[in-house]
Amino acid sequence: MTVELRSRIPEGPLAAKWERHRSEIRLVNPTNKLKHHILVVGSGLAGASAAASLAELGYDVSCFCFQDSPRRAHSIAAQGGINAAKNYQNDGDSVFRLFYDTVKGGDFRSREANVYRLAEVSARIIDQCTAQGVPFAREYGGVLANRSFGGVQVSRTFYARGQTGQQLLLGAYQALSRQIGARNVRMYPRSEMLDLVVIDGQARGIIVRDLVHGAVSAHTGDAVVLATGGYSNVYYLSTNAKGCNVTAIWRAHRRGALFANPCFTQIHPTCIPQTGEHQSKLTLMSESLRNDGRIWVPKKKGDTRPPNQIPEDERDYYLERLYPSYGNLAPRDLASRRAKQVCDEGRGVGPGGQGVYLDFRDAIARLGRPVIAERYGNLFEMYERITAENPFDVPMRIYPAPHYTMGGLWVDYNLMTTVDGLYAIGEANFSDHGANRLGASALMQGLADGYFVLPNTIGDYLAQAKLAKVGPEHAAFRQAQAEVAAQVRRLLDASGRKTVDAFHRELGRLMWDKCGMSRSGAGLTAAIERIGALREDFWRNVYVGGKGAELNQSLEHAGRVADFFEFAELMCRDALHREESCGCHFREEYQTPEGEAKRDDARFAYVAAWEFTGVGKAPVLHTEPLAFETVHLSQRSYK
Amino acid sequence: MRLTLHVWRQAGPALPGRFVRYDLSDVSPDMSFLEMLDVLNHQLLGRREEPVAFDHDCREGICGACGMVINGRPHGPQRATTTCQLHMRTFPDGAELWIEPWRARAFPVIKDLVVDRGAFDRIIQAGGFISVRTGGVPEANTVLVPKRDADLAMDAAACIGCGACVAACPNASAMLFVAAKVAHLGLLPQGQPERGPRVVNMVSQMDAEGFGACTNHGECMAACPKEISIDFIAQLNRDYWKAKGAA
Ligand SMILES: Cc1cc2nc3c(=O)[nH]c(=O)nc-3n(C[C@H](O)[C@H](O)[C@H](O)COP(=O)(O)OP(=O)(O)OC[C@H]3O[C@@H](n4cnc5c(N)ncnc54)[C@H](O)[C@@H]3O)c2cc1C
Ligand code: SF4
Ligand code: FES
Repeated sequence: MTVELRSRIPEGPLAAKWERHRSEIRLVNPTNKLKHHILVVGSGLAGASAAASLAELGYDVSCFCFQDSPRRAHSIAAQGGINAAKNYQNDGDSVFRLFYDTVKGGDFRSREANVYRLAEVSARIIDQCTAQGVPFAREYGGVLANRSFGGVQVSRTFYARGQTGQQLLLGAYQALSRQIGARNVRMYPRSEMLDLVVIDGQARGIIVRDLVHGAVSAHTGDAVVLATGGYSNVYYLSTNAKGCNVTAIWRAHRRGALFANPCFTQIHPTCIPQTGEHQSKLTLMSESLRNDGRIWVPKKKGDTRPPNQIPEDERDYYLERLYPSYGNLAPRDLASRRAKQVCDEGRGVGPGGQGVYLDFRDAIARLGRPVIAERYGNLFEMYERITAENPFDVPMRIYPAPHYTMGGLWVDYNLMTTVDGLYAIGEANFSDHGANRLGASALMQGLADGYFVLPNTIGDYLAQAKLAKVGPEHAAFRQAQAEVAAQVRRLLDASGRKTVDAFHRELGRLMWDKCGMSRSGAGLTAAIERIGALREDFWRNVYVGGKGAELNQSLEHAGRVADFFEFAELMCRDALHREESCGCHFREEYQTPEGEAKRDDARFAYVAAWEFTGVGKAPVLHTEPLAFETVHLSQRSYK
Repeated sequence: MRLTLHVWRQAGPALPGRFVRYDLSDVSPDMSFLEMLDVLNHQLLGRREEPVAFDHDCREGICGACGMVINGRPHGPQRATTTCQLHMRTFPDGAELWIEPWRARAFPVIKDLVVDRGAFDRIIQAGGFISVRTGGVPEANTVLVPKRDADLAMDAAACIGCGACVAACPNASAMLFVAAKVAHLGLLPQGQPERGPRVVNMVSQMDAEGFGACTNHGECMAACPKEISIDFIAQLNRDYWKAKGAA
């Protein structure tokens, strides 16, 4: 296969690109829109906003999700907030500053033009959501309130208590529901996409398993939009919902879509530490807590005194010490890595020494308990429910955990993948966050893609694509359908003795150790070998149970883990090839004397986009060089 | 911890179901309720038996997927807590637990503890939204909203659509769920233009789905993991009769 990476970045000055592009791209005649059937896979912020907006424009839309209702997509769990360059605080914020912060925060591994567009449309997202009735937090005067988030020095984050993702998603879900009620969108809940169908180089449909009855069916369309979220669950333990997976984008990758920067995975600094082997997921404590909480560990190794008995001068507020101008609001990658470091030094707290304190004592003294309760009440309650400790009395214990994946399908400026007519939006694509995402930027990106970018750019393709008429009886659909059915049978026929969950845990532990917060050439090489062996063992030794023609949760999980096994290898290969440290990707061999990430711009200022060549076969690397014309390449400093 | 479980097993919607007894040991008090069921399923698979089906996703108390009746109480004994956030330390060692699905005509059982809550989606589709298109909306701060109203709207909007209120109600009424959405949108200036038709359409869809009538038992609020207040039901009734009177 010859693949050409054409980013299709419009000409002209950065600030004028998007407006110009919008006025130059081709439009679909209103009466023709209804003739175009668009398949949107995913109903999170990206998918729901896209499906609703496309239907409003007049397209014929089908939308799929694996949960029982589109309202339950994983976006619902986002707590902290959403960024927008409104400059309501008059603190010097602007589109340019949001753009700049995001490029720098991403450690210079994202595409300037995309990021600028994101910053540009951010303000309209807040307008849109407010008009939908999203109950954002407000000041006494009735205007919208803001808070600050890690990695920036302005206050530009909008929020709805600790449930921002929930409220934004419900806004998008309601817009989608309106279109479903008006019969402009057909909604398929409890439906999982298991393959992509490509005919003559164009994405023409998907193969879906109905999770209630087990029927495998074909859906044809003129374009396919993947809004299927991130793949942090490759680590088994993550802050993601249990169902989050790589299946949809991995299947698309196998059908020709290049996968970009798979090793860029974000480890979030503030999660509740693991308590035992039984643990099925990790819970995030919103980063907004770092606004008022102070992070510290004892200065002495192995200090087992209760936190309240450790005097002030025996505490190490290490983020404030290392990054005086950002302090506890240092970006996520730095905050996580430093936490690991102090724990590795033996100064960690709590069971197993895998934790650091996030202390509200000073904030409570300064602002009073009611203010803290108003800001973080529900988070404190959640913490207490899980740990049986009250953060008003004792500091929280936190530890980093896998959280977000910057990598994803490679897309051009129009958000189209390397397969014509196949789009990827939201966390499923790679485009805007480079090697590290700033807090409150994922919600912004998902909604920017779904409300404002894709509905404009998809028309450019549909207006000119020559689309032959294809139906589900086409040989390509039949074959893909048969392959999916065969994979289901193969999983059910495997009659080993290990559960799917056990395999998933094992893979997860390996990925966390070798391709997690810090990585090394030797570790990654070993991991690649081990993954291959584990994958073989999986197919020989797994036991799934149950039948195919019914609700079978073990079978759903098995399919996802099978894909994680193939994907994990790509992730390690990407991490191995990138012989530099940047953002979240920390290669032990490449660091500054102070232990910061050491980029190698001469060799690696590019997007790594991988081509699939077969399971267990070395993938082919394609690169998209990144040009930094506006923000000059510099060593990131938060000191 | 040791536990005796009686779990409702039902292979399909039209098939009869029954309680099946399982004895479980090695349960840690730090486990969540769903992690305890994971342990059970792990053991069942080891014995080549079918695992118990139950809905779940976020396991953080926010997606609304999980939910089962535990010893007669939707989401179990702890106040304001979803099943996924309920921890085993809430129960004494040796506890006997009866675990069953939401029971309501409008929520047919799909399998074991999994029910079909599509009726909730259809109620929202009937009117639980503000009709704005993407783009073409006013700048966010041009419409001021008193903090009190915004906070109250947020209280109502916190509903996670789990269905515990229906399961708790002797009439299997969906009033609390519907009232929460009606109140959330009705408390905001943006929701005013459609306030009347919204409540009428949502209530009529609720009736069509086969939910029962509200007779003010208040069980819904006691079971609700987000502590949605029944005051919102009174508000719904006022809005409803006002809209009906106007029609
Ligand atoms: C705990 C937590 C807190 C967060 N807090 C914040 C925050 O405060 N601010 C912020 O900006 N970001 C935050 N994030 C990140 C942000 O929530 C996500 O990146 C974002 O919501 C992803 O949205 P999405 O639409 O791309 O995907 P998702 O919301 O994950 O939706 C994926 C959709 O795809 C469907 N799907 C997946 N696979 C398939 C398949 N094979 N077939 C059919 N359907 C499929 C699912 O059913 C679902 O509908 C947080 C993330 C977590 C985990
Ligand atoms: S009102 Fe409460 S119990 Fe009812 S669906 Fe909403 S959150 Fe669940
Ligand atoms: S699993 Fe999401 S609320 Fe319980």
